[in-house]
Amino acid sequence: MDEILIEPNRGIKKQWQEVWAYRELFFFLAWRDILVRYKQTIIGVGWSVLRPLMTMVILTIVFGKLAGLPSGEVPYPVLVFAAMLPWQFFSNTFTVGANSLISNRNMIAKIYFPRIILPTTAMVVNLVDFLISFAILVAMMFWYGIFPGWKIIILPFLLVLAALTSLGAGYWVSAMNVKYRDFRIVVPFIVQFGLYISPVGFSSAVVPDKWRLLYSVNPMVGVIDGFRWVLLGDSVGLYLPGFLLSIVLAGLLFALGLWFFNKTEREFADII
Amino acid sequence: MDYVIKTENLGKAYRIGHHRADRGRTFRDLLAHSSRSLVQRIRHPLSPNRENVQIENFWALSDINLELQPGERLGIIGRNGAGKSTLLKILSRITEPTTGRVRIRGRIASLLEVGTGFHPDLTGRENIFLNGAILGMTRRDIRINFDQIVAFAEIEKFLDTPVKRYSTGMYVRLAFAIAAHLEPDILIVDEVLAVGDAHFQKKCLGKMGEVGKAGRTIIFVSHNMGFIQQLTSKVMVIDQGKKVFQGNTAAGINLYLKESASQTATGIETHDPDFFINRITLAENRMEKGFNKPLLISADLSLNKSYSRISFGMGIHNTLGARIATAKFVAEKLEKGSRRLTIAIRDHHLPPGEYYLSLGIGRGGDIFRSDNIISFELSDNNVTDPLLLPYLSSQRDKIGAFLKADFEIDA
Repeated sequence: MDEILIEPNRGIKKQWQEVWAYRELFFFLAWRDILVRYKQTIIGVGWSVLRPLMTMVILTIVFGKLAGLPSGEVPYPVLVFAAMLPWQFFSNTFTVGANSLISNRNMIAKIYFPRIILPTTAMVVNLVDFLISFAILVAMMFWYGIFPGWKIIILPFLLVLAALTSLGAGYWVSAMNVKYRDFRIVVPFIVQFGLYISPVGFSSAVVPDKWRLLYSVNPMVGVIDGFRWVLLGDSVGLYLPGFLLSIVLAGLLFALGLWFFNKTEREFADII
Repeated sequence: MDYVIKTENLGKAYRIGHHRADRGRTFRDLLAHSSRSLVQRIRHPLSPNRENVQIENFWALSDINLELQPGERLGIIGRNGAGKSTLLKILSRITEPTTGRVRIRGRIASLLEVGTGFHPDLTGRENIFLNGAILGMTRRDIRINFDQIVAFAEIEKFLDTPVKRYSTGMYVRLAFAIAAHLEPDILIVDEVLAVGDAHFQKKCLGKMGEVGKAGRTIIFVSHNMGFIQQLTSKVMVIDQGKKVFQGNTAAGINLYLKESASQTATGIETHDPDFFINRITLAENRMEKGFNKPLLISADLSLNKSYSRISFGMGIHNTLGARIATAKFVAEKLEKGSRRLTIAIRDHHLPPGEYYLSLGIGRGGDIFRSDNIISFELSDNNVTDPLLLPYLSSQRDKIGAFLKADFEIDA
């Protein structure tokens, strides 16, 4: 029979088998969050459509009309919406993930399960929102007569890149949040600033060339540029060095987040 | 060896901070602290790091050795804060031990709190699936047991109602029902039966008894000695993080009750700030203790105000914690000042042995209530009947009050 050994400072050897063994809990928690999300609301799942649409309208007015920023051959609303897909996926996964441990404090103190499930679940829920937004984008592109080429097959890879970025940041901040509740306040700031720092409301082509590489230190720059490059046809180019840098940094962020989470995980129940 | 759980020198220390050491709750404190100590280092490079001196380890649990065979049912008893919950948390893998190790063979399920992971907005049906998954059931297990869970919890009509609209009773019943239908090799249950009414408790005990009979190992924590007695065959008594006894349930309960009570209790606070009990004691010098000799109990009270129609209830419990006799008295008027209450019990028919006294004051014990306020021993030196003596002293815990009855046999 399998023997479980409990020891101080247990390594992370068996962890992946354990996460696999708890896969059902992972799906149930995701299912719970999806079910609960729009309970006792009037519009219900309509919010998943309204929220991105309203944000798009605001950003288009502010950056496209008032600031008059260029959008190349692409209509401004489409330019914005293509960027909002990965941005909202990132910001929601990151926000919910960062708070996932403290909002499930009770479970952590009373039940054993691999804790990494909690911040990861946040991603699944937002994947549903992503798909809804994607359907809207398809409708918009059809309306404006924009057709992506063969490059669309790269899209899943870009989504993985956005997932790695948001999970890496989510793991790290959620673990910090257990000990220092300051992060509950810091997270909304990061997301708010991020919206303006990342090329969501404008094309990254407006950034001067000599700053492009530095600008790509933000991994979401690579992801967003990638999305536009893949979806919006041949008129949109890709700044390759920046894109590669973003990939490396996203991978690094994920690895660091995971490492930090694993390192601090065994203390969670004692200090949460 | 065929153990299912084996612990070796298990210990758990928590770092407790005195005053300054509890830093780092916010990130700012951490930053401020590091910069302060940096400044201090620069100014006094040779002085010891004073800020760390304040941290101290508190051993919530130490040197616990335990081995359980399949099918064994172990009760863990001890006062609040003795370390029972810490032990269960380590065995459930929620928290890590500081020293020692645990080996576990088989699937473990623990119920440390009723209804953890319930989501108030989800319906009863949805929560059964969610909570089942949280407790480690697969979807298949849940589907197989679904009807039984619903029947056990008696919530058929409210299956599609959000649990936030459930009554407390329904909520607790549902939560326990889910956990009771887990089919683990080892079931760990903390004090969860305390909630819920008598009917429900009986049902739960019955269910846990069944689980035990099915060859599963149970570890059970409770303050209710009756439950422990009914459910377990062995107990472990923990005091201040250390194991003080392990073995037969009756002997363990006896030891625990004895340790937590003495013949005199002093300086007892009540729920009512105007009502203070200075001392409760057995008036020994005024009586001869023994089988059916009058018992005299006196309590010195200090009252800051007068009370009217105040009731006193007293119970006598045997070494298993079972209540075997009750006396009640209502005082029409109790003036303020120092008062002495004397309770004299004649013809109690209690056989020789040890007993514990419980006391309740006020309606439903709202001024004061204790299940185990003092203990006393009745000797057997005045049992004169030579036929009765060996019987009474060997059966002490099992016979309750020993009645004087007239047995007549007609031809």
